[in-house]
Amino acid sequence: MPRFDVEVRVMPRATLLDPQGQAVEHALTALGFREVSRVRVGRALTFEIDRRDAAAAERDARAMCERLLANPVTEDFTFVVRART
Amino acid sequence: MIRVAVVRFPGSNCDWDTLRAAREAGADAYFVWHRETTLSGADAVVLPGGFAYGDYLRAGAIARFSPVMAAVQAHADEGGPVLGICNGFQVLCEAGLLPGALMRNAGLTFVARPVRVRVDAVDTPFTAAYRSGAIFQVPVAHGEGRYVAPPDELRKLEAEGRVVLRYVDNPNGAMNDIAGITNPTRNVVGMMPHPERAADPLLGAADGAITFRSVVQSVALARGGVR
Repeated sequence: MPRFDVEVRVMPRATLLDPQGQAVEHALTALGFREVSRVRVGRALTFEIDRRDAAAAERDARAMCERLLANPVTEDFTFVVRART
Repeated sequence: MIRVAVVRFPGSNCDWDTLRAAREAGADAYFVWHRETTLSGADAVVLPGGFAYGDYLRAGAIARFSPVMAAVQAHADEGGPVLGICNGFQVLCEAGLLPGALMRNAGLTFVARPVRVRVDAVDTPFTAAYRSGAIFQVPVAHGEGRYVAPPDELRKLEAEGRVVLRYVDNPNGAMNDIAGITNPTRNVVGMMPHPERAADPLLGAADGAITFRSVVQSVALARGGVR
């Protein structure tokens, strides 16, 4: 069965306050990067999965995001599935 | 005697305080390890505070898959009283037993101090013995206690009087100053403050004890009703 690399990105929903992002933004400004704005801090996950095709791997990745990896109330997710070569 | 199960997850750390508070209220309280599949005949269940599974991924996200949660869900479905305190509240939200979510505090800091809360709903098993509108002092201790819910869910909570506790001085940026809520059938309650830490005059505040007396009285009353 082919193996796929999956990269998931989970971000706090844009309409909700992200205090962690704000704190990082303050620190970046203090570091001299004064042009920085709208910093947000999320989470990245990577894993491998053995599935018969990319469509099946994508279906699984979506189900994982919806049911565990992201909170549907507060977070949005994106993911990329790449076949192993 | 009223049987109260206190569920322990790896990382629970308010379990003993909660057990003691329930016993002081007259309950036969006992621990249930998260790997158990039954609640051993509990009349009421409490998910205590702490950091179940180290808060990995999100607070409460992993704990909801513990075997015991199926029994908690079944207990709730039958109308049994369920209380989630702090991390327990986070677990109940992640498990879908309560709506919304708890996010990182708006003030960027872990907040651990006494706050004042107002009892806005006394028609739940955990607030029945409070006076409606009563304000009492109780500690909070959390880094992720900012309650959020989608606008329509928030409207519903308010319209149905399901905001159980409200902060007088909001310590974390929670929407509508929400400190605790209940489900549509009003048997599941989640709250960020720790009533078990304000359950004895020796602790500087004792009104939290009413939370535990409420559930003992409510279960006794429900039993009387079927006699």
